[in-house]
Amino acid sequence: MTDKPQLLRIAGREFTSRLIMGTGKFASGELMAAALEASGAELVTVALRRADLTGGKDKFANILAFVDQKRYLLLPNTSGARTAEEACRLARLGREATGSSWMKLEIHPDPRYLLPDPIETLKAAEILVKEGFTVLPYINADPVLAKRLEDAGCATVMPLGSPIGSARGIEMRASIGIIIEQATVPVVVDAGLGAPSHAAEALEMGAAAVLVNTAIAVAADPVRMAAAFKLAVQAGRTAYEVGLAPKRREADATSPLTGFLN
Amino acid sequence: MSFVETFNALPMAELRRFAPATRGLAGFAAMLAPEVNLEQLAKQAHETTLRHFGRVIRLYAPLYLSNECINICKYCGFSRDNPILRVTLTVDQVEAEARYLQAEGFRHILLVAGEHPHFVSNKYLRDCVARLGRDWPSVSLEVGPLETEEYRPIVEAGAEGLVVYQETYDRSVYKSMHTSGPKMNFDWRLETAERAYAAGFKRIGIGALLGLADWRTEAISLAAHVEYLLKKCWRAQITISVPRLRPAAGEFEPLVHVTDRELTQFICAMRLTFPEVGIALSTREPAKLRDGLMRLGVTMISAGSHTEPGGYTGQGKDKLHLTKGGRQIETEGEHATVQFEIADSRSPAEVAGVLAGMGYEAVWKDWDTSLNG
Repeated sequence: MTDKPQLLRIAGREFTSRLIMGTGKFASGELMAAALEASGAELVTVALRRADLTGGKDKFANILAFVDQKRYLLLPNTSGARTAEEACRLARLGREATGSSWMKLEIHPDPRYLLPDPIETLKAAEILVKEGFTVLPYINADPVLAKRLEDAGCATVMPLGSPIGSARGIEMRASIGIIIEQATVPVVVDAGLGAPSHAAEALEMGAAAVLVNTAIAVAADPVRMAAAFKLAVQAGRTAYEVGLAPKRREADATSPLTGFLN
Repeated sequence: MSFVETFNALPMAELRRFAPATRGLAGFAAMLAPEVNLEQLAKQAHETTLRHFGRVIRLYAPLYLSNECINICKYCGFSRDNPILRVTLTVDQVEAEARYLQAEGFRHILLVAGEHPHFVSNKYLRDCVARLGRDWPSVSLEVGPLETEEYRPIVEAGAEGLVVYQETYDRSVYKSMHTSGPKMNFDWRLETAERAYAAGFKRIGIGALLGLADWRTEAISLAAHVEYLLKKCWRAQITISVPRLRPAAGEFEPLVHVTDRELTQFICAMRLTFPEVGIALSTREPAKLRDGLMRLGVTMISAGSHTEPGGYTGQGKDKLHLTKGGRQIETEGEHATVQFEIADSRSPAEVAGVLAGMGYEAVWKDWDTSLNG
């Protein structure tokens, strides 16, 4: 154990920050850019459906203009796709338009809870990996699916803590624990993290990183909230690296009960 | 089995007691109680909207293709028996109008037309969608209901959404308002959303036209319809709209008056019952009310709208004609007659500026043609 925090490694690339940021729901592009800065994030996801994919630099669809690609690694996402076919089509266009072959694969056919479709996600992941994409799939906290995606060549798995935007925290704790235990790729807890303490909890559990959007974007002060998440992620990771004290059901006497034997 | 069976079995008398309840339709009805604390409801609706949609409002523009119609609907400016100036734009003219809207910033377009199988044929609709589909990330339709098989080619041509309002869920009022034409068939219209879903539309908009029947009864019916569609059409994004009647040709006077306060209560109750459902609000409503409702649940708005074919660029003037009793009379005119008068005449750029001032971002593009599989 050294004092130096371990770096996050995804697909051979190293990151100092373990906080990945989303870019939706912000009041303005400028505010989003300021929040990104405060978060310390190095990996930033953008919904391709909000960007101009024709290469025309549409000023009415200019979300990408607020993400400095010299500074952040762009992780386009396929949000809006309901099938593998749609996701793959969007991913290919996205790669052309953004120059990034990293892809957060999101396929949620149910617009109500935005829960990911495991069948279509696996299908699309297999196709996109073969086409040279670095695929980071958003999944339900299903340990078997996580292994299947790993086998397919995905760079990470991204189980949800709870439904997107719900701010309910890590409701899938038991399953995420199994995914982390079994994974050979980084596990990124994505969605439902409503408070910095939720993010810290994910890192303490051994998640390699977290992805946060709504909790920062809709905060009264998104910039300060981004900074709060940054600190929480650092705290959670440090605690994980150091190792938490084991939980006990009963109090543990500080004076040894067998001291009389010495 | 369709929504018709569910609708017919609704325990409306029970729900209309507006008794305290926390879940489902009963919970929705409870929020419609006349004595509800509206400020408290609005606070909750604001928080819920913020959590689900963030600080963004999606903009869309209606483009009227035609004001020809074979139906007689007593409240509608396009009603067959109204002696108004009518026209159906050619596909080229539609494209010219669309280009104007594109320059204004819009990337989501709603094609609107009266119901007329001759002028507004299925092939014509498909051709319009196919032409616009090349340049528009999202094309939706608000046209006379069709069969599932008739919708399919339109979806394949690139249409994302379909909007169809029941107008009123009150069968007897519906009957008295729709006195001629295919629209007389209440049940067939009620099942349109399901047919559209079966044909592959990804976004389905439903609604009630307020001013025809008791608004609380309409609200409960609409909520029941949403609840049903969320389960049955689970892969589609469901959106709702609750337009209030506006002055139009025919001089129809609303049968009931729905106040701003009541409309607000309706929208808040919808938002709290269905946190993830999109709520559209058109330029029918005045600026002040629209700006207020955007904080409480509305997620999609139009701006700078014209409700007549050719309204943006003057397309179609050459083919204008007057119809009297359904018969065409050659005439000259400056522009086609509007469906209804708008109340918020601010330009799209002005509205975007107001949104920014309110701490919201105007989102012009939130879909992509590549998602129209």
